[in-house]
Amino acid sequence: MDIAKKKRRIALGCEGSANKLGIGVILHEGDLLSPSTCTSRVLSNVRHTFVSPPGTGFLPKDTAHHHRAFFVRVAKQALVDAGVSVADIDCICYTRGPGMGAPLTSVAVAARTLALLWGKELVGVNHCVGHIEMGRAITGAEHPVVLYVSGGNTQVIAYAEQRYRIFGETLDIAVGNCLDRFARALAISNDPAPGYNIEQLAKQGGRVLLDLPYAVKGMDCSFSGILTRAEELAAQMKVGGKTPEGEPFTAADLCFSLQETVFAMLVEITERAMAHVGSNQVLIVGGVGCNERLQEMMGAMAADRGGSVYATDERFCIDNGIMIAHAGLLAYETGFRTPIEGSSCTQRFRTDEVFVKWRR
Amino acid sequence: MATAQTEFPPPKVLTYPASAPPTLITQGAEGRLYKTTHLLPDRPCALKYRPPKPYRHPILDARLTKARLSSEAKVLERCRREGVPVPAVYAMDPAAGWMMMEWIEGIPVRMGINEWLGERSDGEEEEGAAAAVETDSARQEEADETTTTPLVDLMKRIGAAVGALHRTGVVHGDLTTSNMMLRPPPSQGGQVDGGTAGEEKEDKAKVLEGDVVLIDFGLATQSMSDEDRAVDLYVLERAFASTHPRAERLFATVLASYKDTFKKASSVLVKLADVRMRGRKRSMLG
Repeated sequence: MDIAKKKRRIALGCEGSANKLGIGVILHEGDLLSPSTCTSRVLSNVRHTFVSPPGTGFLPKDTAHHHRAFFVRVAKQALVDAGVSVADIDCICYTRGPGMGAPLTSVAVAARTLALLWGKELVGVNHCVGHIEMGRAITGAEHPVVLYVSGGNTQVIAYAEQRYRIFGETLDIAVGNCLDRFARALAISNDPAPGYNIEQLAKQGGRVLLDLPYAVKGMDCSFSGILTRAEELAAQMKVGGKTPEGEPFTAADLCFSLQETVFAMLVEITERAMAHVGSNQVLIVGGVGCNERLQEMMGAMAADRGGSVYATDERFCIDNGIMIAHAGLLAYETGFRTPIEGSSCTQRFRTDEVFVKWRR
Repeated sequence: MATAQTEFPPPKVLTYPASAPPTLITQGAEGRLYKTTHLLPDRPCALKYRPPKPYRHPILDARLTKARLSSEAKVLERCRREGVPVPAVYAMDPAAGWMMMEWIEGIPVRMGINEWLGERSDGEEEEGAAAAVETDSARQEEADETTTTPLVDLMKRIGAAVGALHRTGVVHGDLTTSNMMLRPPPSQGGQVDGGTAGEEKEDKAKVLEGDVVLIDFGLATQSMSDEDRAVDLYVLERAFASTHPRAERLFATVLASYKDTFKKASSVLVKLADVRMRGRKRSMLG
């Protein structure tokens, strides 16, 4: 049956661009000819995370192995939770990129297998667009400036003329990568996520603000120098170093200072983009977007501009399968398909490469 | 650019009874620009104020505001010393977040170009056609030449101003035609409308008269690198293309004049070709 005429459309999405394996099922209901009547409902959202020991990061090989080992279990759970049968599913969506090569490949192979096994069509999805679309669907933000912050990406995005355009981004490492690697320097636990544990530790800090570089260049920013300095300070702390004022400082003070500095940078570039495009809505997506301090700071900025901030919780902020299913289904409904022979994946896949046919 | 005009306390310097009542000119992401007077009631000045950001840690906020205002003033001083057309700094208090500068009369270059193009919409279409068939008859090219001369002239002045800036070792960081003013020649104020037949034509030409003065150095840095300079030109080129699409092809004149003004321009222009190729953005790992 022609997808455009169906009243109920269901997609299964597979995500594995980093250390989370996520599979979810989404339902779109309503007549595609009158988009205002269309609604989306999350039927299931299952995730399994590869957690590496404190002081280490997740390596591509081990992460890919994790995804392969858990794919069947997670997929079955997603179907059971959703309460749908294979026959109900219209398409299989998977992350085409960007992300780590080996984990991407293992999930792409699995998605291809499902498509062939069940005789479904495939839809390759841009990971960043998945985050944006899911954030919009959950929060109802109409035309926001999007701050996409995660372990691999840091971008300020706004929609214009069928594309999500990148207004600003990191010039080196992602903000989440900066936080993750700093957590390693202090051997902070990676369970459930290094960023979460930094956030909790930072709540105990705040007595002192340690001086860290602040690197904003127009609407772009840079984090590598900050990481280097934070690592140096962590090493000094271990041997009883003191602040320039002669006070001792703790891991909590370091976490606090790092958060205050990098989040201020993110809020600043977002504000500049908002002024540039004349929007007063801001949507935060990506794993770092769950951080409540970042949400609070962004809220203060947005309120100052007479606007508001939209954010989601860890179910949708952190990588998940449902966002891939949702963005994939949106594309599928406009006729987009990824043929099996073209179902590759890529580490480099910019947000603005995607033609956004489903938006006006 | 400016968001809803919310009530806010003006900086303390503007509450002194001696200064003229300030008018808010614009409110950007960075700060606010007021028009007021400096020392004498007939000496207009621009006051740039960076209000504290509520989201930022107060220590970090104070540090940034101070550093940014000081660096902006240093850059302006340096330009001034080297003869680059920029506003003069009158007074500042970096800790309080404000700086008083010379008030530049006139209109932004963006407005001037748009007015010029708007008034001549018919001729412009012809011009577009002429551009499409570049090797067309000499007669048409000649017509083209006469209609665009004041605009071409302005392009030369823009190129010269940017060339002078880069020669000084400063990159602007946000070059657009909104961040350039067209300061009318001092004599112009004395002229009174004569009501002659040629008046209308003269008025049109006057839109583009005056010195190009670079403003808003909030993102400026001191740099001598070809890369930074090329990015500066690239930003201007992109802004030019999006703001004045119909005059886009005249951008070559800006670059030619830039080259005439600035000795080291050729390596910057080579770099500019690179920057154009990659865009300012690169493909990055997810």
